[in-house]
Amino acid sequence: MERVPLEKKVLSENDRIAGELRQRFSEQHTFVMNCISSPGSGKTMLLERTLEALPKDLRVAVLTGDIQTDNDARRLARYSFPVQQITTAGCCHLDARMIEKALANWSRDPLDLLLIENVGNLVCPTSYDLGEACKVVILSVTEGADKPLKYPGAFFKSKLMVLNKTDLLPYVPFKLEEARANARSINPEIDIIETSCTSGEGLDTWLAWIDAHLHLATAAPSR
Amino acid sequence: MHEMGIASSVLDAVRTELTKYPGSRATKVGVRIGEWAGVDVESLRFCCEALIMDSDLTGLAVELDYRLRRNGCPQCGHEFAIQNYATQCPRCDCEHTVPLGGTELDISYIELDDGEDDGTSAP
Repeated sequence: MERVPLEKKVLSENDRIAGELRQRFSEQHTFVMNCISSPGSGKTMLLERTLEALPKDLRVAVLTGDIQTDNDARRLARYSFPVQQITTAGCCHLDARMIEKALANWSRDPLDLLLIENVGNLVCPTSYDLGEACKVVILSVTEGADKPLKYPGAFFKSKLMVLNKTDLLPYVPFKLEEARANARSINPEIDIIETSCTSGEGLDTWLAWIDAHLHLATAAPSR
Repeated sequence: MHEMGIASSVLDAVRTELTKYPGSRATKVGVRIGEWAGVDVESLRFCCEALIMDSDLTGLAVELDYRLRRNGCPQCGHEFAIQNYATQCPRCDCEHTVPLGGTELDISYIELDDGEDDGTSAP
């Protein structure tokens, strides 16, 4: 009997592809956001409002993942930026190979911003690196303020938490301060932005956050 | 939900490693899972067993090593397991402790049986 030490990541094949993608994004100065949330938190609506507001000369593309239907891609395609639906047919998350395959359908011209809308799920998507610059977790006020404690991985690995649907705050018992404190207890460094895609409140802060990170990506020296 | 995919990745890694040891059979694989890896341990165990059964890896045991989330204190050097999400250092009350582990999803080792070793050492 012989014990062979391996010390290998279980998802090393995913991580290898993600590493190649990250290298390519870095060389092309593309800022990539991997948006994660539970179903119905308003990811697609937030992306719609984002695409609507972004300058038309910005090179933006969107990949949107769902188990079935191309409903989201059809919604997002109305803003004259390239959009592709990734239909996972049962798989509960996007993985790096799906991103690689989807990108192969497009030209290799550099992008400024790639928005990835993951499958609605706060668990599995957190395990899969897609080569993104950062994960963004979206939590809506119709969910519980204790979601960061129940699904710590998603909040721990995200750079930003968007608290969405704030226009509904008068009608739901959601405690904003509690949600913020819970997120910070998991990840003290997490940025927090409150938005309402219906009233438009907070969207300027969200867009400014993206803009600031776009400039960081552009300023990054090529390797 | 994604434990089947993870189980499949573990077994693929075992198969890849086995190609380096012709004639050997894998008897055990060790997998390290952090509390925050987003993996349900019992579900992963079930998926591994289901994939191993009647496969080329029949007989392979899977040892799952569950690791709690731990933080370290940059001020006093104390390392501690996180309970109830409290990240404050229990020794010096420093609030800015840093994560040391708890998101592991690693294959730590593989045990091989070369079919010749009967347990006694060679003369």
